[in-house]
Amino acid sequence: MSLEGLKLAVPRGSLLGDTLDLLDRLGVETAEIRANDRKLLFEDAGLITMRPSDVPTYVEAGAADIGVTGKDVLAEQSERDVYELLDLGFGPCRMVFATVAGDDPAAEALRRLGVMRVATKYPKIAARHFERTGRQAEIVEVKGSVELAPLTGLVEGIVDLTATGTTLRENGLVIREEIAASTARLIANPVSHKLKAAAIDRLLERIRAA
Amino acid sequence: MIHPIPSGTRDVLPDEMRELRAITETIREVFDAGGYGEVATPALEYEATLTQGDPAAADPAYKLFDEHGNVLILRSDMTIPIARVVATRYGGVEPPLRFCYFAHAYRSVRPQRGHAREMLQAGVELVGAPGPDGTAEALAVLCASLDAVGLENYRVGLGDASLYPRLLDRLEVPAGARPQILHELVSRDFVGLEREVAVHGHDELLRVPQLRGGAEVLEAVPEAAGLREVYDRLDPAVADRVIFDLGLIRSLGYYTGAVFEVYDAAFGAPIGGGGRYDDLLRRFGRDLPACGWALNVERLHIARVSEGNER
Repeated sequence: MSLEGLKLAVPRGSLLGDTLDLLDRLGVETAEIRANDRKLLFEDAGLITMRPSDVPTYVEAGAADIGVTGKDVLAEQSERDVYELLDLGFGPCRMVFATVAGDDPAAEALRRLGVMRVATKYPKIAARHFERTGRQAEIVEVKGSVELAPLTGLVEGIVDLTATGTTLRENGLVIREEIAASTARLIANPVSHKLKAAAIDRLLERIRAA
Repeated sequence: MIHPIPSGTRDVLPDEMRELRAITETIREVFDAGGYGEVATPALEYEATLTQGDPAAADPAYKLFDEHGNVLILRSDMTIPIARVVATRYGGVEPPLRFCYFAHAYRSVRPQRGHAREMLQAGVELVGAPGPDGTAEALAVLCASLDAVGLENYRVGLGDASLYPRLLDRLEVPAGARPQILHELVSRDFVGLEREVAVHGHDELLRVPQLRGGAEVLEAVPEAAGLREVYDRLDPAVADRVIFDLGLIRSLGYYTGAVFEVYDAAFGAPIGGGGRYDDLLRRFGRDLPACGWALNVERLHIARVSEGNER
């Protein structure tokens, strides 16, 4: 049994393995994706592969009916008009605030300068967190390795996603606060959710049973 | 020379304009045949008029001051301006009143998205015709308009804005817990909804808003009796287009009963929608039930073109 004609956006990266394992349990053919990390579109199986942060874009526009992505991505792109249908449970990680070990330089910057600088790939989550907790922060958006920023004096702290904390530790950073926990979610396009209701509901049942 | 225009706005050139015009002219004939008289109202209204209509959702995107210091807003839809017209210009006229319009409405754009600040709407307002008959008439005109334009694969999602609040009443969910539950529903987060309703132990709170499909989904839900009454009054051709959606929530706060949205597989977002607003006119001093809807003409055009390409 396949996806009944539903187009599924599959995240490449750390969620790929668990997503493909789930598809195997549902009886969807994944051998071609596993064997091929350059091809992006697998029309026969109804699968489209992309980076996790692009999944809400494709699903919102209806280019994919449903998709798998992290709660962290959904929280950062909270303006996206998609249905969040199911917590898939895999890919657990935490959004954390971290600074260099020892005396907290962010706390000192806040006390003496009134504002701390924070590097992140998740500017909205970071800004919301510091607003909620009543601290002034200058958010510096970076695209690459966030851990580098506090080591070079660009910022006092970072907001980033961590699964095990290893990368943070290796760079001499310690977690000061946990902002949110994240796992993989199944999302759906609002129009597909109505027009393909039966197929989506049957898939949800099968995932819950798998 | 390149002179920019604001993001979310655009120019329409003759080739596109001809096609848009063909759509609006076709729809205008349907409105005429149904006895809906066309009105135009100013794009600018006093802010006080808007907040009178909908204090909860009074969040117009564009406010300006006139030379006397009055706050003016660019209208965010046509329903409230027409409610104002009915109260001020039709005070003694016997209902029902039927109006239609082709007009631009203005919304804010969400960051990083290509959403339109200015959109062309074609719509009707049926004032003084209570549900379910009034709702059935509005749905019939909606489907007649879409059929006339030549859209083939559209469906109409039909729900009820009062259904979930009444379900919360029946299950005696404490008032303090409701805002968070409704927030999860409005933000379409069923994972969050499951977490919020788990505390109350009512499976229905999670199951009912996920019911979509034919008339059979209404059966086990006492709150859906009103939708059944609407459905029983629909012509078979209209009824065939309906998908019941017991979780349907419209973002505007003034809806009181049946609400609907138009979907087409060729476009990833609703191309129109509307519903009953039986309390709105009373706020302007004429207590009349009413129902209306608007189609987004540009989205309708895109869906029509995409359907044509698939054929």
